[in-house]
Amino acid sequence: MFVARTIAADHKDLIHDVSYDFHGRRMATCSSDQSVKVWDKGEDGQWRCTASWKTHSGSVWRVTWAHPEFGQVLASCSFDRTAAVWEEIVGESNDKQRGLSHWIKRTTLVDSRTSVTDVKFAPKHMGLVLSTCSADGVVRIYEAPDVMNLSQWSLQHEISCKISCSCLSWNPSSSRAHPPMIAVGSDDSVTYCGKVQIYEYNENTRKYAKVETLMTVTDPVHDVAFSPNLGRSFHVLAIATKDVRIFKLVPLRRESSSTSVPTKLEVQVMAQFDHHSSQVWRVSWNITSTLLASSGDDGCVRLWKANYMDNWKCTGILRGDGSPVNGAAAHGTVVGAAGTAVSAAAQQPLVGASAGRYFFPHLEAPRPGSRLGLLLPPPALIEQTCDSESGYTQPAPPRRRHFKANTATLPPEHE
Amino acid sequence: MEEVDVDPAVTPIPGINVARGRLGFVWGPGDILVYESFSPAAAPLGGPFCQDVYAVRKDEDIYSPVLRKLFNESHHIFVGLQKITFDLPSKTKKTQFVSISKNYRSVIRACMEEVQKLAVSTCESSLAAQYGNQVSILLAVELIWNLCEVLFIDAAQAGSLLLHLLDWVRLHKADVDEKAREVLQYESPANHEAFWDVVISFVLQGRMDEARSVLDKQVSQQPAARSIFKLMDSLLMKMPIYNPGSTQTLTEFDVKWRRWHEECNRCLQDGSFASNQHLLTICKILVCDVDTLLEHKELLSTWYHFLVTRLLYSHPTVKPIDLHYYAQASMDMFMDTHSAPEPLDSILMAAFEFDLHQVIKDCSIALNNWWFVAHITDLLDHCKLLQSHNLHFGSNLREFLLLEYASGLFTHHSLWQLAVDYFDHCPEFGRVYLELQIERVPLDTERKALKVLRICEQRQMTEQVRSICKIMAVRALRNNRLGSGLSWTIRAKDAAFATLISERFLQDYCSKGSFSDLDLIDNLGPSMLLSDRLTFLGKYREFHRLYGENRFSEAAKLLLSLMTAKIAPQNFWMTLLTDALPLLEQKEVIFSTEQTHELMNCLEELISVKAVENQDHLMQVTSVTNPTFCHCVPEHLTLCCSRGTAPVACTVRVPDAYKGSIQ
Repeated sequence: MFVARTIAADHKDLIHDVSYDFHGRRMATCSSDQSVKVWDKGEDGQWRCTASWKTHSGSVWRVTWAHPEFGQVLASCSFDRTAAVWEEIVGESNDKQRGLSHWIKRTTLVDSRTSVTDVKFAPKHMGLVLSTCSADGVVRIYEAPDVMNLSQWSLQHEISCKISCSCLSWNPSSSRAHPPMIAVGSDDSVTYCGKVQIYEYNENTRKYAKVETLMTVTDPVHDVAFSPNLGRSFHVLAIATKDVRIFKLVPLRRESSSTSVPTKLEVQVMAQFDHHSSQVWRVSWNITSTLLASSGDDGCVRLWKANYMDNWKCTGILRGDGSPVNGAAAHGTVVGAAGTAVSAAAQQPLVGASAGRYFFPHLEAPRPGSRLGLLLPPPALIEQTCDSESGYTQPAPPRRRHFKANTATLPPEHE
Repeated sequence: MEEVDVDPAVTPIPGINVARGRLGFVWGPGDILVYESFSPAAAPLGGPFCQDVYAVRKDEDIYSPVLRKLFNESHHIFVGLQKITFDLPSKTKKTQFVSISKNYRSVIRACMEEVQKLAVSTCESSLAAQYGNQVSILLAVELIWNLCEVLFIDAAQAGSLLLHLLDWVRLHKADVDEKAREVLQYESPANHEAFWDVVISFVLQGRMDEARSVLDKQVSQQPAARSIFKLMDSLLMKMPIYNPGSTQTLTEFDVKWRRWHEECNRCLQDGSFASNQHLLTICKILVCDVDTLLEHKELLSTWYHFLVTRLLYSHPTVKPIDLHYYAQASMDMFMDTHSAPEPLDSILMAAFEFDLHQVIKDCSIALNNWWFVAHITDLLDHCKLLQSHNLHFGSNLREFLLLEYASGLFTHHSLWQLAVDYFDHCPEFGRVYLELQIERVPLDTERKALKVLRICEQRQMTEQVRSICKIMAVRALRNNRLGSGLSWTIRAKDAAFATLISERFLQDYCSKGSFSDLDLIDNLGPSMLLSDRLTFLGKYREFHRLYGENRFSEAAKLLLSLMTAKIAPQNFWMTLLTDALPLLEQKEVIFSTEQTHELMNCLEELISVKAVENQDHLMQVTSVTNPTFCHCVPEHLTLCCSRGTAPVACTVRVPDAYKGSIQ
């Protein structure tokens, strides 16, 4: 893995959240500077800021995109006790020429009395549904009944979790067998209780009911993330607490035919990693849930992967290199050095080290004289390159393998 | 054997200070964005902090233009392999598998050549180094693949096994040929400093005829030594070579070979070659004198060349099962005590041990892309090798690796199309992976959207089809392209959205007096039935067409039926009634008496409904239609109707309330 690109976000304060849109061509950033910025990826792969506006009167904790079926819609939540829904409108032509777009506020959700800590859109099969959770311990679920009129949102459900909420995650499964499900985490550090609650929608009562509290998670929880379902009957939930935990939630068959009783879940721990040795504060799955990423107070992002036998393993670490950021000079060099993929890759040592494998991490860079490293072009080739000041001038190894690419076609099968 | 297993790779992010920060991140397609951040709970700190967001990419190979060809061509071979049916006789199948394996290898070779050319032609040293890396990786991949082909796919038995191994060594140590050419082109080859190196290299590879022809150059130089050269020539010529196609049994060959070996030994013992140190060396090689062989490490260059040469001159009928013993011994003898085996060595050793799983696993670690492991595992799985090697997870391993490879391809803006076929051939998770990945393909243009759509339609992925069409419809509507929006909506079969767009069409009509996208609306066909409003839109447009073609009575009939059958929304009736006016005013009678009655009923119904609704709403509705005209519509219409139906006493009770509202 390597840094392919640097984007100067240019927020005036700390960035709290970055969110990709569904297709990965746009992203949004939000910050303590109370603003949200929207970025569009150009044909050249460069990110350009196309909108930046003040969204709240407090730190903006999270920003998230609605599914493109609902248009270009963002939601944000803030310390100012509100969440807001934003829609991009097709701007006037001179704006378009300047590469700018217009976002207008469609609604402000003001039901919370405390900081709104997370905001998430529900899976699209449920319609345009938005959920928030707040420090006062309430999860609120809003719906826009008319997707063409985003100024009208009705508060459909208020779930009292009785404990300060920090994060929430929707179960993305669209299977008919799975009613809407939401996991809520709490970063309360005072009360001794389970810090992750699972709620499920009940068709009959038309309400969300608690189906499970993960009693084994008693430390503050900073993030929860359901994995994509992959057509499985069970659900997988990753939790960021004092460590990274992955739970398997298996819905048990209902004993009676009455559907007013919520589904029972069997809870199993699939994996638990304390490699961060500190508070973990973000967990997130990739598109096909083959990788889980987590970040902790150790200043690392760690990547976790299960192999085909469901053994989990850390397969990569991203860590700041510790170079201090002071002033524009340092900033400039960073951008310059990592501005393009090619030059960034070129800084990497030989073979394999430039692209770490997730499943099996790559080997250390081959030592000088190591053979994988020496499967270099044959000597004849090297002499023909431009003046030999290039990186080829390695000392001749003791046992050089003249690995000459045979340009002839393969020999016929032996007779 | 040493387990190739290492700590996770650490990727440094420049500009972020570890000690202070928590890193925030987000998954993207093909990369991960990382930024410095703090939790909400942390107190805001002053001082400088990093405001950059870093895109960290995992797989650069996918983006390498030179490897594109490798991905493209191997995709064809892969698809071909999946088509091989199970009912073929095993012998034909094996031939096919071997030929597929060769096809893969020649794709690797072709790619390697290309990269090599690039490495030569580029002047930028960092780029040249990058190409150099790629060449070396491809070389290693081809080497491993070739060995796997010999040992597993072709599964050569005693006798032919060695022949295949010799071919393997010859192919990967082809610099001998170059040197031989150089020597032979020299004005006096026999005096070339590399002369004996070439001869010995040929002998080490068992290329007796070539060795003899080069050796021949020396004879003319040393007439005195003619006899011993002749003796050597006959030894080289006489070496028996196993011929798997002949009637000769392996035992017969073995007997013959032993006789020859004894002859070589005798020549050595009686000092026949004592006068010529070079010929003596060759003779020692022929009797497999290990010390002599090890003196030529430079020429052998690798332990596995050493292994094959040793086998050639000591155990030409080696059985597959005994290979690992010789391999291990050869490696120990060849390698310096202080140098540990490297990944490539471990992988080859695992192959010699017939430990397929280890080969695949080690390759996954050592190589920097999934291309190799995914394709070879798939091929081995087709050969039914993963099962017979009692790996109960055989098919899962294949699928696991194919899914990884294909997912990687999906991050690329055009290679994703290849990935579709790979997912198609993963029975367990291929479908869900494809569903998850394909809906994320950016729909930059209509053309691309159609391409993605076709893939989904072919696979009956109804939800993805619907979603793509809906996204396109929403986008078109946002940009006020109603026609495109409608056609995407129809494909999405989204009734609610069709209603919404139809409304927009009707609104447009009311404000502009004409329809846009006539082609589309005229050719709705059965899709018109998607929503009531769309049906009305289509029918109403049909009315306009009939009217335009002067088919007045048909037009009148249709117009009336739109109201009587309640196809038209009531807020549109006023417009329809207005449209009836010119028909009523024609000289000839178009509306029959009965139809006129019905028309009057419609008017009456509209007025009575409107009367109960509040005034504002009425104004709003009527103002949608032609504002100057509609105010006088009811009375005008009544007048016209009574004119057309003179014999019939006809009155319309216009309620006072309504009268008030329009005055």
